[in-house]
Amino acid sequence: MAKREVPEINAGSMADIAFLLLIFFLVTTTMDVDKGLNRKLPPWDDSPDVVESVVKEKNVFTVLLNSQDQLLVEDEYMDVRDLRAAAKEFIDNNGDGTCDVCRGTGDPKSSDNPIKAVVSLQNDRGTSYEAYIMVQNELVAAYNELRNELSQRQFGKPYNDLGTDAQKFVQEKYPQIISEAEPVNIGG
Amino acid sequence: MGKIRKEKSKGTPPLSTASLPDIVFMLLFFFMVTTTMREVDLKLIMKKPRATEVQKLERKDLVTYIYVGRPKNTATYGIEPRVQLDDQLATVDDIQGFVVVKREEINEKERPLMTVSLKADVNVKMGFIGDIKQELRKAQALKLNYSTNPAADQEDLFRTL
Repeated sequence: MAKREVPEINAGSMADIAFLLLIFFLVTTTMDVDKGLNRKLPPWDDSPDVVESVVKEKNVFTVLLNSQDQLLVEDEYMDVRDLRAAAKEFIDNNGDGTCDVCRGTGDPKSSDNPIKAVVSLQNDRGTSYEAYIMVQNELVAAYNELRNELSQRQFGKPYNDLGTDAQKFVQEKYPQIISEAEPVNIGG
Repeated sequence: MGKIRKEKSKGTPPLSTASLPDIVFMLLFFFMVTTTMREVDLKLIMKKPRATEVQKLERKDLVTYIYVGRPKNTATYGIEPRVQLDDQLATVDDIQGFVVVKREEINEKERPLMTVSLKADVNVKMGFIGDIKQELRKAQALKLNYSTNPAADQEDLFRTL
């Protein structure tokens, strides 16, 4: 009996099918990776009574942002471009000399040490989101730069490349303390 | 003894397209791996702010998204900023319930790791964002991520000022 030949399947349209799938995926999917500033909110507290503040005035770095997106830092008008440097100077001040890794000037009117230093941010209800994020970004950047500088001096590589223990060490030297007050409505 | 000479064909031989499917499949797999499905149909105009100190959001399954911005369809929804939860526009009061429902969907062990990603437009006022933050605090969703587009460095960030 003659061997019957199996007819070959025409694969010519395979490319078309694959193209169709490809275009489907191109249309329905997005490539953007989600990135952003990570912040932690304070837990909700029902009691409205004011807690007596135990933080010394000189250990607080006050940042106010009004409805015109203008910045008032430590009772002085400031451009957002200078905020990062000012925040770094405040955190790294080392007024009481207990911080062994700080390189600040030790100004007695500024913060005692990075562990006690608190950055306090208050915005208006009329502040734009863009300005708010910019200020948040600068404050986080100030901490990140200090951590990076310390890690370069101590370990010779950037903070992100450190091991878990070393990162913890740097974090303990420069804890990120940014406190946010509830927004006020002053500037309409 | 005469050599049998093949007839020389004229013109170029046709290009083989046999490997075309392979190439296209390769592209297809590349896109399938690198992209993600579009989660929602955005009903708001949203231009994210830019920042330099951005961190990547890990574990997409633990992230809940809240969109804030002006509605695209101003005839129906007006021009005031609105909140979008999943596929529909909502009010600030709906956020608490929404977050609780989303948290239920995550398995119990990982619930404390839930992150809320706030995707808000640059022109929204902080009063509105503040209200949303208060609702999130009430819902015990304390891990917040302000979604931003990355900027190369400080210079790049301030160029738009």
